[in-house]
Amino acid sequence: MQDFASELKGALTQILSMDSGFVEIIGLSLRVSLSATAFSCLLGLVLGAFLAVSKFRGRQGCIILLNALMGLPPVVVGLFVYLNLSRAGPLGWLGLLYTPTAMIIAQTILITPIVAALSRQVLEDLHDEYREHFASLGLGMPAQIRAVLWDGRYSLITVALAAFGRSVAEVGAVIIVGGNIEHLTRVMTTAIALETSKGNLSLAVALGIVLLAIALAVNAMVASLRLSASRLGYA
Amino acid sequence: MLERTGAMTGTVQRHALYCRGLVYQVGERRLIDGIDLDFLPFGISTIVGYNGAGKSLLLRLLHGLLEPSEGAVLWNGKPLSAKARHHQAMVFQKPVILRRTVLDNLRFALASRGIRDRKQALAALERVGLSGLESRPARLLSGGEKQRLALGQAIGCNPDVLFLDEATASLDPASVHAIEQIVLAASAEGTKVIMVTHDVGQARRLSDEVIFIDQGRILEQAPAGSFFASPSTRHAAAYLEGRLPETHQHPSQN
Amino acid sequence: MKTIRKLSIAAAMTVTLAVAGTAAAQDKSILVQSTTSTANSGLYDHLLPMFTGKSGITVNVVAVGTGQAIKNAQNCDADVLLVHAKASEEKFVSEGYGVQRFDLMYNDFVIVGPAADPAGVKGMNDVKAALTKLAEAKAPFASRGDDSGTHKKEMSLWKAAGIEPGGEWYRSTGSGMGATLNAGVGMGAYVMTDRATWISFGNKGDYEIAVEGDEAMFNQYGVILVNPEKCSSVKQAEGQAFIDWLLSAEGQNAIRAYQVDGQQLFFPNADPGQMKKAG
Repeated sequence: MQDFASELKGALTQILSMDSGFVEIIGLSLRVSLSATAFSCLLGLVLGAFLAVSKFRGRQGCIILLNALMGLPPVVVGLFVYLNLSRAGPLGWLGLLYTPTAMIIAQTILITPIVAALSRQVLEDLHDEYREHFASLGLGMPAQIRAVLWDGRYSLITVALAAFGRSVAEVGAVIIVGGNIEHLTRVMTTAIALETSKGNLSLAVALGIVLLAIALAVNAMVASLRLSASRLGYA
Repeated sequence: MLERTGAMTGTVQRHALYCRGLVYQVGERRLIDGIDLDFLPFGISTIVGYNGAGKSLLLRLLHGLLEPSEGAVLWNGKPLSAKARHHQAMVFQKPVILRRTVLDNLRFALASRGIRDRKQALAALERVGLSGLESRPARLLSGGEKQRLALGQAIGCNPDVLFLDEATASLDPASVHAIEQIVLAASAEGTKVIMVTHDVGQARRLSDEVIFIDQGRILEQAPAGSFFASPSTRHAAAYLEGRLPETHQHPSQN
Repeated sequence: MKTIRKLSIAAAMTVTLAVAGTAAAQDKSILVQSTTSTANSGLYDHLLPMFTGKSGITVNVVAVGTGQAIKNAQNCDADVLLVHAKASEEKFVSEGYGVQRFDLMYNDFVIVGPAADPAGVKGMNDVKAALTKLAEAKAPFASRGDDSGTHKKEMSLWKAAGIEPGGEWYRSTGSGMGATLNAGVGMGAYVMTDRATWISFGNKGDYEIAVEGDEAMFNQYGVILVNPEKCSSVKQAEGQAFIDWLLSAEGQNAIRAYQVDGQQLFFPNADPGQMKKAG
């Protein structure tokens, strides 16, 4: 085992050098996970808001299912998407396996339940607060959904950032459907797995540091958003 | 007071809201226990009674926020519908304030009535004395300002019937006065006001008629003058004298 | 609501970008299912730029265990299969999934262990004797245990030595070569690894090669074009061009030229007559 200090030094040198392969991996990670976050928000926020505002038989069952899906192991999602996108699978004709699109699909499936379940909680609390006002105004379901989505915007951004954090840090799904192909589907987490298996720990540590920095930046954004929201009384 | 008299005598009746055989039951308890009620067609009708008498519940049933267990609320002879609610507005004891600016709160309420003109929203703000605060985050307003905003939203919708559910509870005297003036002005312009209050003084100042309810039943409905001068039931007299409710024959409802 | 509209436009643009990127990458490219040990050795980083420069064909390599690589290729998720498990490869071809198998190159396996050499096997070149000694000493031994080509090879060697490995000293990691080496180095266990992975492995600690040089430890690589009759998606021309180049004198020389730390990792052994026999 090399000692930790020398690995760390190697890692910092790697980060500071910013060579094109390193930057490419980080760029693809961000592109894939931001896209997945955008899609999961489009789907998950609508679903979460609908569950928050509506009353129907089986709603409680849907919520329990959604909460359970939050804990989906990435490997299971990866396998599910692989089986569908494989040439031998039902969607094989799309030719999407081992592409960034496949990775976006897998991560979207992984984090949509997170967005839906967390936003459902946030929006249901909000809707409880607004319920009588909305009823008094005679608002229909679409108007109520629009209103709580807008009024919950600060909390929902936090939800989206949490989902982004989960997607950018997962390895199990993208390594199966992306294949960790250099210059095509290699992202930070799959590169970390690869470099670790090659015993090339300093590059793995360097990527780990970048991942940590992204997580810190995301959390700092959440904190400052929360602060400005509470200053406005919008929290 | 002059306008008010004019309102009472000269305004055409814009609504007909009444209820028949109204019951609201939770489990075995009939919280509203068979109410038939017609309101004075104009002016301000005030519902009074002890805590837990069912005043707020009755108001919510009349506005259609709750479904009655039995009986019906009727609007121009037809059962209450969401459409009817577009001719009504309600102000709650604890105002519901959206996480937006003052003006956006108001415009949100008006938009539900199809009113999208910014000028009308600004005019409504002016009526409740909030001009100049339109771009302020609404949740940072004081309690009195919040309640005036809620009232501005309700009045801005130009309702035929305005419900007030203890709208001035927990406000300072100046805020109470401001809100009472706004309500009187709205009534003078022909809006029928149906309100619940705990403040006997306020009931005296504003009411044209008083409905006294106890344990989910109407014990007395009378013009304000005669109610306050000589209540016809023992319970109402005790209430006005500020005595606690006498032991009733039926079980108490907290 | 303006913000929501802006967000959805941004999202739509992201999708377009993602899809566009995919389309560009699919232009003149082939997919090779291969093994982690080959990819970890760095051989592809050496070979592929030469081939791509010459042919204009991009080669995308998915590196998984041999078993998984063959399975993926059976699902038509590959154009070319490049692995090291001869029996499985021949089965793959005989079942019609592959066109034909070609010998490409070989490397060899070695057993590495801590410098202190607690089992006293250092310098041995008879792998059966060495394994017997390891088992008798109950020296910690880390096995892949993942049904990979390397794992299958290891099991066949134990069998040849007449040993059923098991017990507290025999640790099955269920992971790839690199992960198993990391684990072995971490717990002071002997590990059987292919030489290529070992030489390019960056986390050796005080580990050294203990056992090497037995012919039984040679590791033959084969290359197969996935059968277009089974999988219509196979890019036959491009895949065949890659195989032809690997087997050509130029490709074989390129394999021979690849070195790490001054050591040759792979020994090309394509039979120049193979292609003609196929024709």
